[in-house]
Amino acid sequence: MPTDAALMMDERIKTEPFVARLMKRPELGAIGGVILVTLFFLVTADSSMFTLSGIMNFLTPAAQLGILGIAAAMLMIGGEFDLSIGSMVAFAGMIFGVLTVNLGLPLIVSIPLTMIFAAGVGAVNGLIVIRSGLPSFIVTLAGLFILRGASLVGLKLFTGGSTQLRGVREAVEGDFLAPLFSGDAFGFVFRWLAEIGVIEKFRSGTPKVPGIPVEILWFVLVAAVATYVLLRTARGNWIFAAGGDRNAASNSGVPVDKVKIALFMATACAAALVAVITVIDSGSTDARRGFMKEFEAIITAVIGGCLLTGGYGSAIGAFFGAIIFGMVTIGLTYTNFDQDWFQVFLGGMLLIAVLFNNAIRKRVTGER
Amino acid sequence: MTIDSTFHHGDPVTGAPIVEMKGIEKHFGNVIALAGVSFDIRPGECHCLLGDNGAGKSTFIKTMSGVHKPTKGEILFEGRPMSFSSPRDAMEAGIATVFQDLAMIPLMSVTRNFFMGREPKKGEGLFRRMDLGAANEICVEEMRKMGINLRGPDQAVGTLSGGERQTVAIARAVYFGAKVLILDEPTSALGVRQTSNVLATIDRVRKQGVGVVFISHNVRHALAVGDRFTVLNRGKTLGTATRGDITPEALQDLMAGGQEMAQLEGSLGGTI
Repeated sequence: MPTDAALMMDERIKTEPFVARLMKRPELGAIGGVILVTLFFLVTADSSMFTLSGIMNFLTPAAQLGILGIAAAMLMIGGEFDLSIGSMVAFAGMIFGVLTVNLGLPLIVSIPLTMIFAAGVGAVNGLIVIRSGLPSFIVTLAGLFILRGASLVGLKLFTGGSTQLRGVREAVEGDFLAPLFSGDAFGFVFRWLAEIGVIEKFRSGTPKVPGIPVEILWFVLVAAVATYVLLRTARGNWIFAAGGDRNAASNSGVPVDKVKIALFMATACAAALVAVITVIDSGSTDARRGFMKEFEAIITAVIGGCLLTGGYGSAIGAFFGAIIFGMVTIGLTYTNFDQDWFQVFLGGMLLIAVLFNNAIRKRVTGER
Repeated sequence: MTIDSTFHHGDPVTGAPIVEMKGIEKHFGNVIALAGVSFDIRPGECHCLLGDNGAGKSTFIKTMSGVHKPTKGEILFEGRPMSFSSPRDAMEAGIATVFQDLAMIPLMSVTRNFFMGREPKKGEGLFRRMDLGAANEICVEEMRKMGINLRGPDQAVGTLSGGERQTVAIARAVYFGAKVLILDEPTSALGVRQTSNVLATIDRVRKQGVGVVFISHNVRHALAVGDRFTVLNRGKTLGTATRGDITPEALQDLMAGGQEMAQLEGSLGGTI
């Protein structure tokens, strides 16, 4: 009814242009970043970077980091940090290695057990943070050292003195679950595409890219699930609320403590997933696995638009943040630049992202 | 029209009280925060609770909203003795409190704040999700009823003015079935125009049959909208007056406990 519509209108309110609405999305910065980085490498890098194999080449590390980054982003939106996820990758890798190699368990048992173990450690982290009221930064910093140390000691214990546990690939070979966690997916599509000449192939007729590395599929899946949870479920609303203002949230009936503990558990499980994928992929696990990944994951989340203070951010943003990360890490090898520029670049990105996020936040809240 | 009569409507409200509190005492160790408070609230009225800082207003609200248990005294809810063990219980029963911090998150949208903790859902199993469409619609509609046209349901609460935020908090409480709405100094941090908006909102809510407990230390704001006035001083109620039976000066004096105020007023020329 036109009269109703007229009542709903306020003459002081202009219709907001599409661009202005877009400007308020937290992932805007990350998407802009992807475009900028792509343009940069289109100009400077060897053209092979943007062939199919080149793309798979930088998406693989992006995916491994991205799974952690998306989990870190959700936790950060919920108002907490987890600095122990890098060490958690090593620790979960050790657990997984011991379960498969030493105990010879099949993947259907060893993967859930690894996840349960990781979730337990995550829950302990969460409980300590909630019960003590200490900043999660310091509690999980302790976790960073404890888990790293425990991985070293544990590996030596189980291997009889080595910090590397080999033989995972042999142990899981032929396991019906292995294709879900290792190798390439959709090989048949790629073979068919090579056959009809759409993608490049070797002289033998096999395609140059045998398929999509499974971690990329996991990465997309995790991003999709995280986005769905954050934006479309009540739990997602609770995560934003818990991070935005825990008092306000709990006064409104949001179970803040449960939400935060669940997020810590999910983050640890993401680390365990990365551990399983990378350990099967390389066939061995060592105590240095996941080194520094906690910082890279947090950087990914921040580039993706998360505020360090919580309550704001996006999983899609972290998804693109991880892609930026992968592009820069791998992309520099395609250029004539010294690869060690990588860290300078990273720090610069982080700084720009933080400044940008701050500006966006002011825009959203109308703070002046 | 003076501000006193701006929002007032018709006859004094009669009917059984929704909440009746008799001789409430609350002790914290050796501190007696409340020493005999009697108060009741009927549907469709605005009952103002006035008192200076430290008079025991906050303790009283917290007792009424289930945060504290009274040391002595009786609370009747719709005629039956009631003891709330948590604010959640009181909320379920229909006693909603809008505290000064409003329980709002500036970075989140109005809709997400409106339904925070009580999200409408749809779908089954894994796909059980928040019904954002319905939530947005309800939120915009409820806000429009309160006289606020949102730019959109996804507008962040941080972009609203203090008065508008207060209104969102009130609208939320009313939408979720409040029979009694306790407002803790809703006008204390607001400008003239926004105060007037909030007072208008209180009037609207009252007309829907909700009992409003309006806590304030501003006599002018209280008189603008209140039906009855109870003054709290040093943990005791000094009696309840009905609108029209009491002058602003008398209320002011009661709040301050009499004399000192009179002296002050002389030097300030009656400006407070």
